[in-house]
Amino acid sequence: MSLAVEKPLRLARQYKLQWEKAQDAWVLLYPEGLIKLTGSAGEILQRIDGQRTATDIISSLQSAFPDADLQQDVTDFLEHAHDKGWITTD
Amino acid sequence: MTKAGSPPTDTIKPPLWVNAEITYKCPLHCVFCYNPLNYASTFEKELTTDEWLKALREARELGAVQLGISGGEPLMRDDAEVIVAEASKMGYYVNLLTSGIGLTEKRIAAFKAGGLDQIQLSFQDSTKEMNDFLSSTRTFDLKLKVARLIKQYDYPMVLNVVLHRLNIDHIEQILEMAEEMQADHVELANSQYYAWALKNREHLMPSREQLEHAEAVCNQFRARLGNKMKLYFVVPDYYQDRPKACMNGWGTVFLNIAPDGLALPCHEARMLPGLEFPNLRDHDVRSIWYESEAFNAYRGDSWMKEPCRSCDEKDKDFGGCRCQAFMLTGDARNADPVCSKSPHHSVVTDQVALAQQPRIPDDEVRPLIIFRDDGNSRRLS
Repeated sequence: MSLAVEKPLRLARQYKLQWEKAQDAWVLLYPEGLIKLTGSAGEILQRIDGQRTATDIISSLQSAFPDADLQQDVTDFLEHAHDKGWITTD
Repeated sequence: MTKAGSPPTDTIKPPLWVNAEITYKCPLHCVFCYNPLNYASTFEKELTTDEWLKALREARELGAVQLGISGGEPLMRDDAEVIVAEASKMGYYVNLLTSGIGLTEKRIAAFKAGGLDQIQLSFQDSTKEMNDFLSSTRTFDLKLKVARLIKQYDYPMVLNVVLHRLNIDHIEQILEMAEEMQADHVELANSQYYAWALKNREHLMPSREQLEHAEAVCNQFRARLGNKMKLYFVVPDYYQDRPKACMNGWGTVFLNIAPDGLALPCHEARMLPGLEFPNLRDHDVRSIWYESEAFNAYRGDSWMKEPCRSCDEKDKDFGGCRCQAFMLTGDARNADPVCSKSPHHSVVTDQVALAQQPRIPDDEVRPLIIFRDDGNSRRLS
């Protein structure tokens, strides 16, 4: 399923994102499970707030990390997260 | 408390998941319950609210982040709301595992306000008659009401139905009920044969034909409903030839706290002889998790005997379940006899063979079943 880039993104209802000191990582929590996120996945998901679209998130990351070309990687990750049901545009 | 030869503290990962069995009191009397047979002995020794919060805070500081509030029926305690709200503030993802009995609108509103993340509702069957019989109580209509409340308060509807020989043929009606209740997730797990379910094992184990039929029906619903209603179907491990990776390994992820404060590496470990399980009243979670003899007993693989010791799958299933190995072979260090490499595997296959015999009529089975109730618990202690 491809992701609509112009729609605001939010975490799916059962999912919660939080920083875990013990794991030194952002984790995504859901019923009876958790996903430890890589640094870049954490940077992306932190920016999902129910208002920003995929396009907004990419430009926010571009300005935070001006030396990297992020567009494709971020798009791929957001599509992956959407397919997994972690994020939604509903 | 450290035993010579136990793994050094720095190789032990912190607990991630706490299961808080806040009480073994329960209005239901389910025949497949995995609570210990002598559960009634904990009634006078339950942890107080403050003792629970102290233990949860200590586990959270180590890194635990998933929390199940279970029982018994956790709603039998009137401080369930306080425990949930405080745990949520600590940063736990909090899941309430309930039969729904006692979940009034007032209570669900308090849970919601306190930050409860998830409610898992158990059903015994799709029919009033069977639900009420299997749980030995009249609860079916009440549960349907609770299911509506859960939706109303914008929780995902997570339905748990324990399957077994007496209800598995109703799988189609069970799934129709789940669909009607707009369940988001349905867990159809066959009962595992511990505690009360072990007592009733021969009456609970389905035949191969029953399992195949149930799985086929599940697949039809999956094909039709897709992601709208996610279905998990779990066959009894006796039908497998490799054991489950029980608890993802002893003392690696999971900390179970019993109502009386006993810290256990799994729900059933209390039964294992020769281990003294530490109590939260006497020790903090850090010393229990890292240093107690009980939590170190089956960490790693140095405790293993053959065939596990030299097995190339030992890192995958950790030799299966220590409690099942003890119950069925008399030694917790043996391979879980579900494994076809176990010299004791026939204790499992014999039981499976027995389950292929024709079903006796329900009304003849019923008097033979042992219900989980306080009288039976005291008698069996």
